[in-house]
Order: sequence, then structure tokens, then C-alpha cells
Amino acid sequence: MSAVYARRSVVNIVALTLSGLATLIGLIFLVWILWVTAQNGLGAIKLSLFTKITAYADQGGLSNAIVGSLIMDLMALLICAPIGVLAGTYLAEYASSTRLGATIRFLNDILLSAPSIVLGLFVYVIVVIPTTELTDGRISFSGFAGSVALALIGLPVIVRTTDEMLQLVPGTLREAALSLGIPQWKLTMQVLMRAAFSGILTGVLLALARLAGETAPLLFTAFGNNFMTAHPLDKMASMPVTIYQYTNDPNPTLHAIAWAGALLITLFVLALSLLTRIMFSRKKVSYE
Amino acid sequence: MLTSLKLPSRLGTLAFAVAASLFGMTAQATDITGAGSSFVYPVISKWSAAYAEKTGNHINYQSIGSGGGIAQIKAGTVDFGASDMPLKAEDLAKFGLGQFPDVIGGIVPAFNVSGVAAGSLVLDGPTLADIYLGKITMWNDPAIVKLNPSVHLPSSKIFVVHRSDGSGTTFNFTDYLSKVSTDWKSKVGEGTAVQWPTGIGGKGNEGVSAYIKQIPNSLGYVEYAYAVQNKLGYAKMKNAAGTVVEPTIASFQAAANTADWKNAKDFNLLMTNAPGADAWPITATSWVIMYKTPKNAANTKVAFDFFKYAYEQGQDAARALDYVPLPASLVQQIEAYWSSEYKQ
Amino acid sequence: MSATSAEPIPRDTEHRSRTDARHDLFFRFLLRFCAMLVLAALLGAALSTLWGGREVLFKDGFRFLFSSDWNPVENQFGALAPIVGTLVTSLIALLLAVPVSFGIALFLTEIAPRWMRGPVSAAIELLAAIPSIIYGMWGLFVFVPFMASIEPTLSDTLGNIPVIGALFQGPPLGLGLLTAGIVLAVMILPFISSVMREVFQTVPARLKESSYALGSTTWEVVWDIVLPYTRSAVIGGIFLGLGRALGETMAVTFVLGNSYNLTASLLMPGTSISSSIANEFNEAVGMHRSALIALGFLLFVVTFIVLLIARFMLRQLQRKEGR
Repeated sequence: MSAVYARRSVVNIVALTLSGLATLIGLIFLVWILWVTAQNGLGAIKLSLFTKITAYADQGGLSNAIVGSLIMDLMALLICAPIGVLAGTYLAEYASSTRLGATIRFLNDILLSAPSIVLGLFVYVIVVIPTTELTDGRISFSGFAGSVALALIGLPVIVRTTDEMLQLVPGTLREAALSLGIPQWKLTMQVLMRAAFSGILTGVLLALARLAGETAPLLFTAFGNNFMTAHPLDKMASMPVTIYQYTNDPNPTLHAIAWAGALLITLFVLALSLLTRIMFSRKKVSYE
Repeated sequence: MLTSLKLPSRLGTLAFAVAASLFGMTAQATDITGAGSSFVYPVISKWSAAYAEKTGNHINYQSIGSGGGIAQIKAGTVDFGASDMPLKAEDLAKFGLGQFPDVIGGIVPAFNVSGVAAGSLVLDGPTLADIYLGKITMWNDPAIVKLNPSVHLPSSKIFVVHRSDGSGTTFNFTDYLSKVSTDWKSKVGEGTAVQWPTGIGGKGNEGVSAYIKQIPNSLGYVEYAYAVQNKLGYAKMKNAAGTVVEPTIASFQAAANTADWKNAKDFNLLMTNAPGADAWPITATSWVIMYKTPKNAANTKVAFDFFKYAYEQGQDAARALDYVPLPASLVQQIEAYWSSEYKQ
Repeated sequence: MSATSAEPIPRDTEHRSRTDARHDLFFRFLLRFCAMLVLAALLGAALSTLWGGREVLFKDGFRFLFSSDWNPVENQFGALAPIVGTLVTSLIALLLAVPVSFGIALFLTEIAPRWMRGPVSAAIELLAAIPSIIYGMWGLFVFVPFMASIEPTLSDTLGNIPVIGALFQGPPLGLGLLTAGIVLAVMILPFISSVMREVFQTVPARLKESSYALGSTTWEVVWDIVLPYTRSAVIGGIFLGLGRALGETMAVTFVLGNSYNLTASLLMPGTSISSSIANEFNEAVGMHRSALIALGFLLFVVTFIVLLIARFMLRQLQRKEGR
């Protein structure tokens, strides 16, 4: 008996130690990559990063790329978050055991791995080419097209997580609400969504994290712009595309700016993720 | 219960407002856009910045690759394309396009062999081709020793590095190898990407130069500007005239001067293996491609003005970035081409 | 209850239930529409690659699948090397990332003190926010030299094991399939671990407490209670990571070595579907461009088959458990 007990407690300790080690490994890689990024980019982090534009690359500015990325990332989220959450809800609440639901779930997983450059080309065909022809070339590549491409990248992540998180909400909660005579849509929007809120939020943040760093789908949709613009129908600069171009430039100063840009993207997502978590964790407490 | 609905509905209103502003307003399309070759991206960006300060016109050039540049000018999404590969006469005629060179640059073999100083290694075309064919595998191969009698070469394997991404640099490099080695021409050929018989592929100039720096006894090729600014060990080359030349702005210029532009229709000419005594053998240019009858005449007019500005006043900027401005005779020929071929 | 107040209630409820039914119908329609958009996006993207790659796909057919000959000059295209590279690197990534992610989720939900959980999980999630080109640059400038320094040890030890030894032989270049797999593993860590952590938290405390009350250790609670309860979602999270690994481009491209020559060793350079596209697409014209788009279509097909196999294996597993 005591041998069994000893074995169990040894297994427990080994497993828990290994899990701590796993977390340490994850953190080591994060710190390692951030350290290298900071080391290379810190020299370029100056005020000029936010005030100068990329047309005058030597002045070390990324302001137009920062503005472009902010606009396109937010527009992309506005497109893919509602659609993704609703589609995920459909899968979890209305089609959890239907053939259609299984098919969509399966195809969504495939969409997750679609090479981003292919999604960019798809948007090029369905958005850029039509607008070019309709406007006689006045509107071709645009920030709008870029955000559609980014939305396609975030969409499957949100669908997948929303679906999973809603399925984990205990059935008793649904039954309790329905027995009070609440219509299904209210049940979904006000009970289930709230119960699964933190999980769905994780999905949206993961989607944002993923689309904020994408380069390939933007080349043929948002194109890029060396000058400042905030108009969604203009060709628009973005951080990842600028970083991509700067890393291949012979000029070492531009490499430093590229690293600094990467650091900015990472910090931006970190800040956003912490902010939303603080905001909503407070809210959660007040409801309980 | 209602409070929780506020957030989605507020988001909805916001989305609607964004959509309304998208379709209600029209974009200001006064900017000139160009796309294509990444080889010329640094110098066109530099010219564009100076041009914007002088005239207020914005030239927005993005390096999406030569293939992309050609596709975009054909689709009419940009005002000009830039390609590292010249289009053939029939392609130009089919789409009503014209092309002309914009700037010159060099490609240099770079290596990392301990004990062999930068610039002290000499190679020639056939040897370089045999190394990239995998026929010469050791640094102390007789063919290399013969070219470098005074250099101590180790008896170790050569790690060959090439570009993995399609590039104009690879196009010119393989074109040169095809010109100097019949074996290369028949087995591999020339292109922006080829089937490499040996070696590892690095992405972009930075990928290749990082591999060269990290792997002992490696040999690769990069753009001259990249080799200079990142202090890579480069090799000298024996050119078509049999002279050993250093990669310098002067030797690139010599290649451009001795290339036979006069007889090249639509400037369809690669400057590799140029005949001049001082010519660097792997010299490259890139072409601007524009419609002869422009869709947007006002934009095209500004684009011509921009390139005129670049030829006449952008020379120092080009040299500062280790590119070579076009020789005056070539610029004259281009301007004649503009007035004869383009409706302005 | 007086009769006067009882009368209006039925009418009100009837009216309410009618509008509720209408709202429900509309809501259902809206959700279904959004789900269809996902369907349309995937089909649209897949069909557009099929169309873009038709020249090569229909000309070469099966030869495109099984040939390892990739020659843009001669317009000969065979996708075997990219397919193998994609599968091998993704497999390595999953083998490494799944246990580590599980460990992280376990640590964050059961072991770590409460104050530590928020910051650490945000930090791990941050790994997903680093642009993939930075993974590539870090891989190229820092991780490849690091791997080059440990690879001799690797081939001296693992390389001597009879069967799998061949996987670990070759010159210590630092780049190659193994390095790419490790970088991919780091990239997909946050996706898998975030979902695992999130779903582990949804396990009703009742279940866990009952198990603890019976004398289970933490590990037993996680392995026997938490994991079975959340299994479907955990697998979902793994698919999330797998999807990312299969389609990742930039990071892989910088550390893979990009060679179309097939080798048995994980230390040798290889190529992958998405890195081939990313590498060559920008400069490609004509047939070459078509072949690269056909590769994109192939990735859809490969993903389809991988997911199908995964599902089949899951079903077998469920059957064994008597479900």
C-alpha cells in the first residue's frame, strides 16, 4: 500500500516539476527572442519612430506604417470578430451534431493552415481587381482590401475557439435559462456568451496576435505606402511589410528600425492583451 | 441584461460608420504608384523622398518582386512596374508596353575561408560555374589554386550558398554562368530561380550573407551594396577580357559603358560578361515598364518627370547606396526612346 | 390573484412569444449566414488556387505529386520535397509543442500561485504576437548558430542509435528540418497552451474537488479528471497549432535551408510548401507562378488528408474506450 502511495506521489512530483519546467522553457524562448529583438532594435527606438514617415528612411520613422497597421488590424478585427463569434456560436449551439456543422468545422480547420499568401491572392482577385476595374484604376490596392485579407486569417482562429468554449458551458446553464422561458437568442447572447466570455476573448486576442504580424497577405492587397495616409481606400503602409522590406535592405540602420518595429508590434499586442484582461477580469468579479 | 447588449450594438454602429465612410468618400488618387523589383527598392525610395521634397509629388514604390511588378502593370493596378528581367519584344507589343533601364548594380561572390583575406581570392567564370555545378568541391582544387598561386587554400569542402527566393540577382548570376560555361547552360540554365545542383538556399541577401558568415568554408553571391555595407569578404573576378578586376563602382560603370546598348531593341540586354577590359563581369540593371498609351496620362507624365529627375539629379544618391548611375550616353538613348515610343 | 390582473397576462405572453420566435428565427438565420461565410471563404480560396494552378495540375497530374524534380528553368515541377518537408517539420513541431503546452497549461491552472497566473499566461500568449519574420531573423542569426554548436553532440549520441540514427547525421550546419521544427514548435506553443489553459479552467470545481477528496494527487486529478473532461477542446487546440505549423512561411524559410533534395537526415536542409511559395512567388512568371499556386492548392489537400487521418485516429480511440 505504501509502495503504491510512494509511487503515486513520486509520479505526481515528477509531473508537476516537468510542467514547471515546460513553462520555464516557454518563458525562456520568449525572453530570448525579445532580448535579441530589443538588443538589435533598442538603438532605433526614438521619438522619430512615431513622428517621421518611411519615405525618408534615414530619419528612422515608421509613423505611417504604425497608423496603417493600427487601422487595418482594427478593421480586420471588426470584420472577423463578429462573424467568427457568430459562426462559432452556430457550430456550438445549433449545429453541434449535424453533418453541416461537422463539415464547416472541418473546413474551418483547413482554413487555419491556408498559407497566408494564398489568402492574400484570393482577396486580390475578389476585392482589388473589381475595384480597379470599377474605378478605372483610381482605387486598386487599399487598406480595406488589406483588412479583408487579415480578417480571413483571424476568422478561423475565432471560430474554432468560440466553438470550443461554448461547448464547455455546462448544459445545466442552458436548461435553467430555457426553463425560465428565455428565448434562444437571449440565452445565447446573454447567458452562454457571458459564461464563455474569457475563452472567446482569448480567441479574439490570439487572432489579433496572429494577424498583426502577417506580411504576405498584405503585399497584394494593402500594397504599402511610403507616405502618410489614414484613408481606408488608399494604398496603405503596414508594420510587417515595412519590416520585411527593411530586413532585406543593404543599409544596417534600416535593419535596426525593422527590429524596433517588431518590438513595437509585440509590445502593442502585449499591452492590448493585458488591458483587455484587466478590464474584463474586474467586470467578472463584480458579477460574481 | 440590456447592458450586456450595449457592447455588441455599439460595435455594430462603429462598423456601420466605418463602412459608410469607406464607400461614401473617394480616395485621393494623385499619388503615382510603382511596384516590382526589390533590387532597385532602396534607390527608388531614396529618389522618391528627394523628389517629394522638391515637387510635392508622391512616388509610392513597393518591392513586391519583379514577377509581381510585371503582373501589376498588366492588370493596371500601378502606374509603372520594375523588373530585373527584361520583357521580350513580343510581350511588350502584345500589351502595348515599353521598357527602359533605371540604375546599375553589381553582384559579387562572397566567401568565408579562415586565413584568406577579403579581396585576395580570385575566381573566373568557368571555375565559379564548376563550383556551383558541384564539380569542384574542395577549396584546394587545382582550378582554384591555379588562379591563386600565392594564397594558402585549405583542403576542406566548399559549402555552396545560393538564394532560395526568386530574385533578379540569381537571374543575372545564372545568366553569367550560362555565358561562361556550356555545361551550366545545358544542365541548369538561367532564371530567377533554378534547380541548383548543390548547396543550401538562404532567403534574400540577408539570408545568404548570414549563412556565409556562420558556415566556415562557404561561398555565395550577394548584391554589391549588401557586401559593402555588411562587410562581407568578396572575391575578385577574371573578366571576359582576361583582366582580374575588383568589384567597384568604376568597374560596374565600365561594364555599362561597353555593353552594346545601341543595338539592343527595347534595351533588352544583360550586361553580364561585358567585353570591356575593366568591366566587372556580373553587372546587372533593372527595367521600368510602362504603358505606351497610358491609362492615366497625368500620372504617367509625372512618372517620366520622376525618372528624368533620377537620371539627372539622382546620381549622388545612387552612388551613396553603392549603385551606379546610368552613363550619359544611355540616358540620351532612353530619352530618345521616350519621345519616339511613348505618347506623352 | 384577482381576475382583473390575470386577464392581460396571457395576451402579453402570447405577443412576446411570437416576437421571440421571430427573433429566434432571425438570430438563427444570422448565425447560419456567418457560418456559411466561413464555408465560402475556404471554398473560394481553395478554388481560386485550383484555378490559378490549373495549368500545372492538369498538365502534370500525379507527376506533380510524386516527382521531386523542381526545375523552374525547364518548367518541370514536382512537389514531393515540399510535401515531405511540410509534414516532417509540422510533425516535429507537434511532438515538441504538445507536451510542453500541456505542461504550461497544467502549471498555470493547478500549480502556480494565483498572482503568477495572469502575467505568465499573458507572457506565453505573447509568443503568438511576435511577427513571424522576427522568428525567422532570430532563427537565422541566433538559433541556427546555437543549433550548429549542439548538433555535433546530437549526431555523436543520437546518431549512433541503430534505426533513428540516420535522422541525426550530417554536417553541423545548424539549419535544416530539425531547426525549423523547433522554431515552429515555439510558434505554436501559445496557441495550444492558451486553449488548454482556458478549457482546463472550465472544469467544474465540484469534479476536481470530489477527486481530491478521494485522495487523488494533483497529477491524477489533471490526468484522470480534467483531461478527459476537456479532451475534445484540447484536441481542438492542437489542431489550431497544427494548422499554424502547416501553413507557416517566413520563419521556416529562414532556417530550413531551402533545398529540393530529399534526405533522410533531419539535420540537412529541406523545403516546405509554404516556404517554396513565399520564396519564389514574388519573382515567378508564367508556368512557374502557376506551379506555386498549385502548391497552395496542394497544401489545402495535404491539410485535408492530415485532418482526416487525425479524425480517424480519434474515432478509433473513442471506439476503444467504448463510446
